[in-house]
Amino acid sequence: MEPGLYHILFVSALIFFIGVFGFFTRRNLVTMLMSVELILNSVNLNFIAFNKYLWPGELDGLFFSIFIIAIAAAEAAVAIAIIINLYRSHQSIDVEKAESMKY
Amino acid sequence: MLAAFVLASAVMAVTTRHIFRAAIYLLFTLMGIAGIYFWMQYEFIAAVQIVVYVGGITVLIIFSIFLTQQAGELLPTQPAIKQLFAGLAAFCAFAFTMLQVYQHNFNSPVAVKMEPSVVNIGNKMISVQQGGYALPFEVVSILLLAALVGCVVIAMRAKSVDKEEQVNI
Repeated sequence: MEPGLYHILFVSALIFFIGVFGFFTRRNLVTMLMSVELILNSVNLNFIAFNKYLWPGELDGLFFSIFIIAIAAAEAAVAIAIIINLYRSHQSIDVEKAESMKY
Repeated sequence: MLAAFVLASAVMAVTTRHIFRAAIYLLFTLMGIAGIYFWMQYEFIAAVQIVVYVGGITVLIIFSIFLTQQAGELLPTQPAIKQLFAGLAAFCAFAFTMLQVYQHNFNSPVAVKMEPSVVNIGNKMISVQQGGYALPFEVVSILLLAALVGCVVIAMRAKSVDKEEQVNI
């Protein structure tokens, strides 16, 4: 059986919710960032699948994916700069211990 | 086959207790997703995926692990009840989403296919006509510049505070 749009959507939804599960259960900032990367990747996969199977006359989904990748790279770089700074000041990257800005 | 590989390594990436192994499993997941792009014959986006994610973000994550983590230290596990509820929530949302997707009938395309070749992508990327992507391209360029400057500022802050203290002393 040739895999079609529904199979790709199934895989990307599964990746998305694996990422959500990781985001819920992890308490370490770096691993939470990895979960966010998984979520962004599943969104990209969705865009590409929709572009291929439903809208092949244009390349809109592909451009959205490219821009999402660029923004995700910027976001990861900024997040890691913040994480390393937090580690310098708190000696920990656990979200439970990073609550000095809470109140 | 490829999808099973992607899913297995994604599950391992969020459940393994060694943070370094989690990063390596994330690498495999990203490679598998690039493989799916190749299978869908979107070679350009697959190349971008490999360069940016596999080559850039994973290396960044591994370096930050080196900088922030003691070697060989296991991550603390969450309470089982919390994991259970997180898994239950994720699974219910997944089931709901798939139910919606399978109930929806997607219209089959009628337009003539545009090849996702590099020439077409480049022409669309710099075109300022209807449906061109010149403006978002510039906006993303500004955003990347701003992120770069922001990273430098965040990284420099501690050092500049030290300098000011030294001057005050």
